[in-house]
Formats: sequence, structure tokens, C-alpha cells
Amino acid sequence: MSKAQFRTCPETGLQYHKQAEMLIRAHAVVAVVILLIGGIAALLVTLTRWPAIHLLPADRFYQLLTSHGVNMLIFWIISFEIAILYFCSSTLLKCRLATPKIAWLGFILMLAGIVVNNAAVASGTASVMMTSYVPMPANPNFYLGLILFAVGALIGCFVFLGTLVVAKDEKTYEGSIPLVTFGALTACIIAIFTIASGAIVLIPTWLWSLGLINNIDPAMYRVVWWALGHSSQQINVAAHVAVWYAIAAIVFGARPLSEKVSRGAFFLYIAFLQLASAHHLLVDPGLSAEWKIFNTSYAMYLAVLASMVHGLTVPGSIEVAQRSKGFTKGLFEWLRKAPWGNPVFSGMFISLIGFGFIGGISGVVMGTEQINIIIHNTIYVPGHFHATVVIGTTLAFMSLTYFLIPTLFRRQVAFPGLAKWQPYLFGLGMSVFTLAMMGAGTLGVERRHWDMAFTNTALSFDYPASAFTLMGIVGISGVAAILGGAIYILVTVVSVFFGKRVESESSYGFDMTTLSRADPLLVPDGGHEAAGKWGLAAPGTFVLAMFFLVIFVLYYAVNWKYLASVWPMS
Amino acid sequence: MNEHTSSGERPIKIPLMQRVLDNPFILLFIGIFVPAVFYIIWGIMEIVNIPIAP
Ligand code: HEM
Repeated sequence: MSKAQFRTCPETGLQYHKQAEMLIRAHAVVAVVILLIGGIAALLVTLTRWPAIHLLPADRFYQLLTSHGVNMLIFWIISFEIAILYFCSSTLLKCRLATPKIAWLGFILMLAGIVVNNAAVASGTASVMMTSYVPMPANPNFYLGLILFAVGALIGCFVFLGTLVVAKDEKTYEGSIPLVTFGALTACIIAIFTIASGAIVLIPTWLWSLGLINNIDPAMYRVVWWALGHSSQQINVAAHVAVWYAIAAIVFGARPLSEKVSRGAFFLYIAFLQLASAHHLLVDPGLSAEWKIFNTSYAMYLAVLASMVHGLTVPGSIEVAQRSKGFTKGLFEWLRKAPWGNPVFSGMFISLIGFGFIGGISGVVMGTEQINIIIHNTIYVPGHFHATVVIGTTLAFMSLTYFLIPTLFRRQVAFPGLAKWQPYLFGLGMSVFTLAMMGAGTLGVERRHWDMAFTNTALSFDYPASAFTLMGIVGISGVAAILGGAIYILVTVVSVFFGKRVESESSYGFDMTTLSRADPLLVPDGGHEAAGKWGLAAPGTFVLAMFFLVIFVLYYAVNWKYLASVWPMS
Repeated sequence: MNEHTSSGERPIKIPLMQRVLDNPFILLFIGIFVPAVFYIIWGIMEIVNIPIAP
């Protein structure tokens, strides 16, 4: 293997295989363009759900909701994830990418799928929303676009697996693959299950839309579709947790508290996370209580446990690294003195907290068969998943971008002042947005509903005034978050296409960053505990975890109490 | 590969779980098999068994 195929980043020491580098760039650029389209749709949809503005007519609302859902949830996230898979295999393992030509074929298929699907939605003949439940028909190109994209992404997954095989064969690493790559492997495995389920459900649906098949059973469709729809969220979870670990290592030189525990947690994801898809079907007739409860409770809790492990070990490893550098005062000096002005860190930390506290807790509530019914199909549901896929995944990917701009694209980060504030505007705007949605959902406001005032409808319903206020807050905070998203796109596009070339770490664009290398010396004499308190390596994180647990238990209990009041027994 | 040797002398037995975690293809099998059986196949069997209305 010739050395000329590789470029070594002078500051980080990362080795980029040139073909992999081009592919990572191409996927990341497409992802950001899609984020822009999805973001414009988000603005219009948000301005319609804001009761005082109620911008779009009904048909446009559903058309843009379809565009927003598919572009954001499938195209933006999976395109970025394929970039992450190539980075975590080829770059982190210092290995050539397996079959670059086939990887380019995958990229072209994904791009073609995005174009075909978007054209179908833009034509106004596919406003079926991302779930495209049968028997509601869409233009056949809607399904065809998704199928092409899925095949392209599947190729990307196999190129990733192939690269792991090449790396092992060519002995570019010793022992086990790094934890971050292991996280990417978890995402890849879940992606393969997800995409296969997508093929099982979408190919017949496409044939049905062409008139070649008579009937698709709606109940069957829903079971298989959600193996695609929800498992794709699990790809995100695995990928963004891998990104958290990567950023903890990049910014602090942090090493996982326990490789064994973290890998074990990823293993729980591989085995159990995808079963959680069943919580979308908790009120479907035809499926037994055993199936629902097994898949959403017993098995899913093992995956929830894994998320709690990651939620503990990522900040825990940061705390240990910070304490080893001397930030040992009290419980939280390590956190106070963290580089809050560095968007790589601030974005990642807001992502972690938002994902755990808002997305995680609400997810468990929604996954419990009995209390799910309180909020089923209300706007609480988008409230929950905007906390997971937007604050959790999207913000984690945004923070990683601020690291990739100088190291991968070799450009300075443009508008560093704006970049510094971006994670706060986006993350905090989204936090208010999701909490307000959950509040409105608890009052019964439906999701995907064009007009909550029921103007001129035969059957109407009066929501309390507070529901309208909460939807107004959804509108205001949503616009603030969209502004945060727009700043991300501005900074990224200007940096990548017009930015100054970087010469050294000091010219990265935001002066508050120095990159720490993962440093074995960061473990003090006497082990991790030596820098901690009360015999704990990371006492601050432990206190945070206990705080999380208290909120979790209280909120869970409140929901049962609420269920008892909305559904009195006599 | 089941065993590494340390300084070329005593072979060290790699624990079973680590061997599983080090093998992407076993993990891939588990990651497809578990949800395919418990979620998809079981779910579809339940739908298929719903009696058709006369
Ligand atoms: C600042 C950013 C964003 C804002 C303000 C926003 C706003 C909204 C709004 C108002 C809805 C409609 C809810 C309803 O009426 O049921 C919605 C739906 C949705 N959003 Fe977002 N969103 C944003 C970013 C994202 C991102 C980044 C993703 C994915 C990664 C995403 C995924 C979705 C999905 C999947 C739906 C549901 C579509 C459907 O029901 O078919 N959103 N969003």
C-alpha cells in the first residue's frame, strides 16, 4: 500500500486515505445541503403550527411536513452517518478504504434517491408524510427514491465492514478496534437491519403504487415499516454516542472509564435497541399485549440501561481527565472550567444533557404501554424525538463538524464568534421547543394537525388557552432554533468553500481550542480514584447521575398518577 | 484468532465475550437475528393469525 494514498493531518496526526477523505467530504457536503432544505421546511411548518401565524394552507403544510420529515430524519442523518462510518474505519484505523469505487457507486445511488424522492414530494403528489402509511398512495417515485437511497446506504455499510476486514488483514491496528470505531460498528449493524426492513416494506409498496400488486395489508405494513422508522433512530443513537466519546477524547484527551463497560453497553444496543420500534404500535389492534410488552419493556430497558451507562461514562471520563489536569476543587470545578467557548465541546455537552434528560426520560414514559396512552399521537411525540434526533444527534454532528472543518477540510472556521454561540442558540432553543411541545401534548394537542382551532370543521374541540400559549412558545423557540441551524449552515458553507486554509492549530479559527491527544499519562498514580473524592473517580458525574435518577423517577411516577386521574377506576 | 502471545511465551486465553465483541460478523448476526425474531417474525405471525372477517 503506497504512502502517497494517505495524508497525515499535521496537528492531530490523523491519517486520511485520500479516497476516503473525498468520500467523507462528499457525504458531509450533501448532508449539509439536505439540512438546509429540511430546515426551510421546518421554518414553514413551525410557522403554521404557531397558532397566531398559521401560515400555510393545509395541502402545503402536509407537503412540507413530508419534505421536512424525510429530508431530516432519513437523508440528512444517514448521509452524515455514512461519512462518520468512513471516518471511524479508514481514518481511525489508518487503513485504506475497501473498494472506493463501489463506495462512490453507493454515494451516487444515495444522491439519486434524494433527488428522485424530493422531486416527487415537490410535485405535490406525495404528501403522505415520512411514514407513507398504506392505503394512502404516493407518486411511485417517492418510494423509488427511498429505495435507491437505501441501497446506496447499504453499500456504504458494507464498505465500512470491508474496511474493518482490510484493517485487520493488513494489521493497521492491534488488539480490538478503538471504542469509537466500535460505536460506529454498532451503528452500521443497526443500519443494516433498518435498511433491510425498509427494503422488505418499500419494494412491495412501490410495486403496489405502480399497480403491480393489488393490496398491501396496513397492519403488516406498520409492523415492518417501524422496523425501518424507529431503528433508523437507533442508528443515530449509536452514532452520536460514538461522536460523544470521540469529542471527549479530542477535546480533553479523555479515555473511557472502562472499555469493557462501554463496549458491553454498545453490545446491548446491538442486541436489544431495535426492539423498541414496537412502542409505535402500542395501540394497534391485532398485536398481543405479550408482543408489545416484551418488545417495549423487558428488552428495551436493557437498551435504556446502555444509554444510561454511556450518559455516565462520557461525562465521567471527561471529569477524570479534567481532575487529572488539576481541576479538583469541589464537585464541579472540572465542569465549570471546561472550554464552554469551544463549540466542539459545548455542542457535545448540550447534546448529551438534552438527549438524556429530555429525550431519554420522555422516551421511557412513551415506551410504557399503560402511560403511553396519555400522550399517544399527540405533539408530545415530536417533542420527544426532537430532543433525541435534533438535540441529541444533530447537535452532536454539528459539534463534530467544527472539528472536521479544520482537520478534514483544512479550512479555518469562518465567523468564529457566531460559531461559539451556535450550539447554545440551537440547543437551548430546541430544549424549550421540545418541552413546550410535550406540555401541549399532555394537554392533548395532536401531532401532524394543521389547525388546532378546528375552524369551520363539523366536529370541533376546544383546547384550554394554555395549549395555545404552549404552541406559541413552540413557534418562538422553534424559530430561535432554526436561526441556530442557519448559523451552522452559514459557518460550514463559508468555511468549506471560501474559508482560509489552515496552517497550524493556532489558525483553526476559534482560538479557544487546543486539541488534546488521548494521553495515557492522564491517569494519575493510584488510578482514576486518586484524583476523585469519596473513593469515586468521578464524584461530580455521580451526583449528576443521581439528580437524573430523581427526575426520572419523579416524572415516571407523576405520569402514573396522571393516568389514574384521566382514567378513573370505580 | 483465539489467542495472543505475550512476549512470545505463554499464550493468553482471550475471554469468550471479548472474542464475540471483536468479531463484527457475529455481532452483525446477533443484531439482525434478535430483532428479526422477536419484533418482525413474532409480530407478523400475530397479524397473519388474525381471522379474516366472513
Ligand atoms: C430547528 C430545527 C427544527 C424545527 C423548528 C422543527 C420543527 C418541526 C415541527 C413544527 C414539526 C411538526 C410537528 C407536527 O405538527 O406534528 C416537525 C416534525 C418533524 N421533525 Fe422537525 N424541526 C426541526 C429539526 C428537525 C431535525 C434536525 C429533524 C431530524 C433529524 C427533525 C425531524 C422531524 C420529524 C421526523 C418530524 C415528523 C414528521 C411527521 O410527522 O411526518 N426535525 N418538526
